Amino acid sequence: MALLRKFHQLAEAQKALGEGGGDPFKVVVERVISPTEAVVNGRRTILAGTNNYLGLTFDPQCIEAALTAVREQGTGTTGSRMANGTFAGHMALERELADFFGRKSAVVFSTGYLANLGIISALTGPGDVILLDADCHASIYDGCRLSGAEVIRFRHNDVGDLDKRLRRLGDQTSKSLIIIEGIYSMLGDRAPVAEISALKREYGFYLLLDEAHSLGVLGKRGRGLAEEAGVEQRVDFIVGTFSKSLGGTGGFCVSNHPELELTRYISRPYIFTASPSPSVVASTRTALKILQERPDLRSRLWANAHRLYEQLQGIGLKLGPEVSPIVAARLSSKEEAIAFWMGLLECGVYVNLILPPAAPNGDSMLRCSVSGAHTTKQVDQIC
Amino acid sequence: MPGYEDTLAGLYEVLKPYAGDGQVLHEETELVADLGLDSMKSMQLLLEAEDRFDISIPLNILPEVRTVRDLAGQIHHLTIPR
Repeated sequence: MALLRKFHQLAEAQKALGEGGGDPFKVVVERVISPTEAVVNGRRTILAGTNNYLGLTFDPQCIEAALTAVREQGTGTTGSRMANGTFAGHMALERELADFFGRKSAVVFSTGYLANLGIISALTGPGDVILLDADCHASIYDGCRLSGAEVIRFRHNDVGDLDKRLRRLGDQTSKSLIIIEGIYSMLGDRAPVAEISALKREYGFYLLLDEAHSLGVLGKRGRGLAEEAGVEQRVDFIVGTFSKSLGGTGGFCVSNHPELELTRYISRPYIFTASPSPSVVASTRTALKILQERPDLRSRLWANAHRLYEQLQGIGLKLGPEVSPIVAARLSSKEEAIAFWMGLLECGVYVNLILPPAAPNGDSMLRCSVSGAHTTKQVDQIC
Repeated sequence: MPGYEDTLAGLYEVLKPYAGDGQVLHEETELVADLGLDSMKSMQLLLEAEDRFDISIPLNILPEVRTVRDLAGQIHHLTIPR
């Protein structure tokens, strides 16, 4: 009995959530129609809470590549990268990612979550120090815990606070890894990567940038925030995911440090799981090619992001600090957020409901994510 | 360098806004059970304590902190120059 007692409080909270007419965290997409539409609760619904930034999940070339891979290589690898799970496709994808980012090497993981766990826990250990932005994703926090390093948070996007904490560390800064994100998933704001990376000269730390939400979204060639800010050479490790702009699943890390290749021998989240299936690798490779060949997809995404942000701002909603494909509306209470979210779903619009403690500062939020595949009419319907 | 008692006194000041009306803080006061600190409030408390004592408190210590005494002890340890 004692083991499961901790679930009582959770059961009560879950019951309360369902009292309004259905648990918001148990939405079932009954049928997918396109990158931007699906049937939910029997109703045709605009998907405005996915991370399908370039709308590539239904791209004919990606689908064809996945189908060919399934036919030729089967449905899964049934093995670890370290054993039988490294196929020619995995190696090709790693080479293509390294070339795309202009780095010496790349390592592919089975999910974006595992990429952060695998890289952070391999790079750092007891005796090292990690300084992470307070708003970093849960996968980064979990990677820090797995590493055994000392973990210090700095105030979100506050370079002065980071500088103060680096000063306190003294000569330990050379054993420090700073972790920030290209676009933060809750409020859609960018990290001040130019200012943070400029501190490297003084303190000599290593910098890891998670471009999960900014790959394919920021930068002239879609390489992310470091490219947009012109500081790619100052970023030691770039982590990212295939499950957003590339429309698949999986994650990666790229770097010029030769030690990245060695992480394959010590990274438990890399070793002790099955490698990405051939179809996912094939569709991701094709999506990466499209990302480079079709900058118009990025232009459409940003046109939609501006349109949505400006319209929601116009109706008086309290939004994140800057225009982004992630548009978060902060509401005054949990109850208001749930009611608002349900109302939107009944009108055929799905967005993400974010309740405390998931959102920064204990806020309750509705988070919209736009896609380059949304039509102008769909963006207007979200509002 | 301040002694443990100075640290404790400073921590009481930081904790005062988190205490209920008439609630008396002492070393055995439990941060979660008595002060009702959830994860968000705990993070806020840490930020305020870091500013008050000019230190960085590693997240790693949190599993070892249950009472005011535990936190004061950790803060005191962190104020000793390394």
